[in-house]
Amino acid sequence: MTKDLPEPDTGAQFTRACAENDHKVHLLRQMVRIRRFEERCVELYSRSAIRGFLHLGIGEEACAVGVLEALLPEDAVVATYREHGHVLARGVSMRATMAELEGKVEGCSRGRGGSMHLFDAATRFYGGNAIVGGGLPLAVGLALADHLQGRPRVTACFFGDGAVAEGEFHESMNLAALWHLPVLFCCENNLYAMGTALELTESETDLSLKASSYRMPSWEVDGMDVIAVEDAARHAAEVVRTGGGPHFLELRTYRFRAHSMYDSDRYRDKAEIEGWKSRDPIPALVERLRASGVLADGDLERLEAEVDAEVDDAVAFAEAGTDEAVEDLERFVTSEPVQRLASP
Amino acid sequence: MSTTTYREAMRQAIREALISDDRVFLMGEDVGHYGGCYAVSLGLLEEFGAERIRDTPLSESGFVGAGIGAALGGMRPIVEIMTVNFSLLALDQIVNSAATMLYMSGGQFNVPLVIRMTTGAGRQLAAQHSHSLEGWYAHVPGLRVLAPATLEDARGMLGPALEDPDPVLIFEHGGLYNVEGELADDAGPVDITTAAVRRPGTDVTIVAYGGTLRTALTAAEHLAADGVDAEVVDLRCLRPLDTATFVASVARTHRAVIVDEGWRTGSLSAEVSARIVEEVFYDLDAPVSRVCSVEVPMPYAKHLEDEALPQVADVVDAVRRLGA
Repeated sequence: MTKDLPEPDTGAQFTRACAENDHKVHLLRQMVRIRRFEERCVELYSRSAIRGFLHLGIGEEACAVGVLEALLPEDAVVATYREHGHVLARGVSMRATMAELEGKVEGCSRGRGGSMHLFDAATRFYGGNAIVGGGLPLAVGLALADHLQGRPRVTACFFGDGAVAEGEFHESMNLAALWHLPVLFCCENNLYAMGTALELTESETDLSLKASSYRMPSWEVDGMDVIAVEDAARHAAEVVRTGGGPHFLELRTYRFRAHSMYDSDRYRDKAEIEGWKSRDPIPALVERLRASGVLADGDLERLEAEVDAEVDDAVAFAEAGTDEAVEDLERFVTSEPVQRLASP
Repeated sequence: MSTTTYREAMRQAIREALISDDRVFLMGEDVGHYGGCYAVSLGLLEEFGAERIRDTPLSESGFVGAGIGAALGGMRPIVEIMTVNFSLLALDQIVNSAATMLYMSGGQFNVPLVIRMTTGAGRQLAAQHSHSLEGWYAHVPGLRVLAPATLEDARGMLGPALEDPDPVLIFEHGGLYNVEGELADDAGPVDITTAAVRRPGTDVTIVAYGGTLRTALTAAEHLAADGVDAEVVDLRCLRPLDTATFVASVARTHRAVIVDEGWRTGSLSAEVSARIVEEVFYDLDAPVSRVCSVEVPMPYAKHLEDEALPQVADVVDAVRRLGA
């Protein structure tokens, strides 16, 4: 070291390292929150507190958490019907989410949407779309609005591998690339379109290659590694935000449970499921954090206890919630006069 | 007053919207460089530029959905679809997203989007460019469905439609674009919630809309020559239907004929008929009658197409059969 260079600022380095470690624990916490929330949903479903379709993302938590950590509050999110993780990672309260699943007016969609249609204006969460591929054109339009109004925002659009077979996927990829719009396309490739494997539905199973055919930069990312997902999403979101045009992330992931509560999961090999479970993103991160000394003895237990308490609180909130008055059945088919002032 | 056309009235309405509100833009197939497939947007690209007069690929679902997203993002898009037949490629976005978003989100996300499209037959365009499917859209809660049949409405419906916080579909009958007439120089916004009595009369009510309004008015003239005084009601707003106006008319005239270019089965005419029967059954002197398109995919040959469509003579005959 020459004398001209300043001494390394070990204080700042230490502070940064602490912040990075705290952030990794935060990522872990977010994934555990989603996992425990959805596990509780299963219990609630089995005693009929939650009905309708319930699609769980257990195993896929790293995708939602990693991408949404990379977004800013002014960004927009469009998601699918398997979106509990996304809405929680976006910052919608667990209370409002659970109340929605229980069909209560305190829910984030007033009990009108249920599990498949979670919405939240405060965090610019535009659903909760249960038409496979249906959210992609919406994301293109949200990005078009930002483009036309000169706002440096990103619209993150989540969809599964099944959506890639839909015409709306191709129409949206083309439009976004053609108009150079700020969309971050996040394909959660869990290898199955409901019960049909990717190789049975796609002539080209390399989804990133499809994206590239629209001249869109695309990456394949390990969707079981939350840090890898966040890194990729941060990099891509920054380019998208600064005028780099749409980007495509293929997040390679797997759902550990069946498609929905109605699915007997006959189409997947047990060994395949177990193989993916061995790559569970939560224990994987726990192991890393323990190995690097970030998680000390008792830390995980404390975190789990805090999450359990949050889930308990959310369930209690939902169950104490109110049914919307049936007189209000026809509200919000069209806007009410006061809403006209609140329109964007 | 100036002489103008339905097409020009519509173009002026779009121009005015673009001038008065920065959030408004027009997108669709061939709206820019081509000038609009029916020349409605001719010259607008030159005047407003490619950001606001936006040519799209042939991706109805994609650009209609993008219109929904842009509306959610604070813009006021006007999306043009070439014909109602092509709108079926965007049915998912219109019915599953635009119409449901506000309700599904518990009142959080309204969709201030206007979609314009051509409808109707009469130009020998055969079975994939000629149908009248506006009645399907009128079935869907969450949408407002308009059918401008006059120059005033062509000029005046778009502005209020853009001010509506919810999705509005405007159906322009292809046979009307060249219709010429007088329009007040200061013609402006019109009401988009009510039906209108276009011709007062006492003996029978003829309910029509869009392309069939002229058929109904011509039939009324023929009937007048024979001493039958027909009242003609223009529905104008197909959803929500202004039931009060046509029901009050039928209560006065005691007879009703509904003219609809859609197919009879499950049609808008069926809905109008049902409402008349539900509300003023005891005022009727004769059964409700309907004149609809023959239930065939629209044929190309001129004589067959004419035969398939509601004609003036069909309306006159229907009125006579009611004993008016």
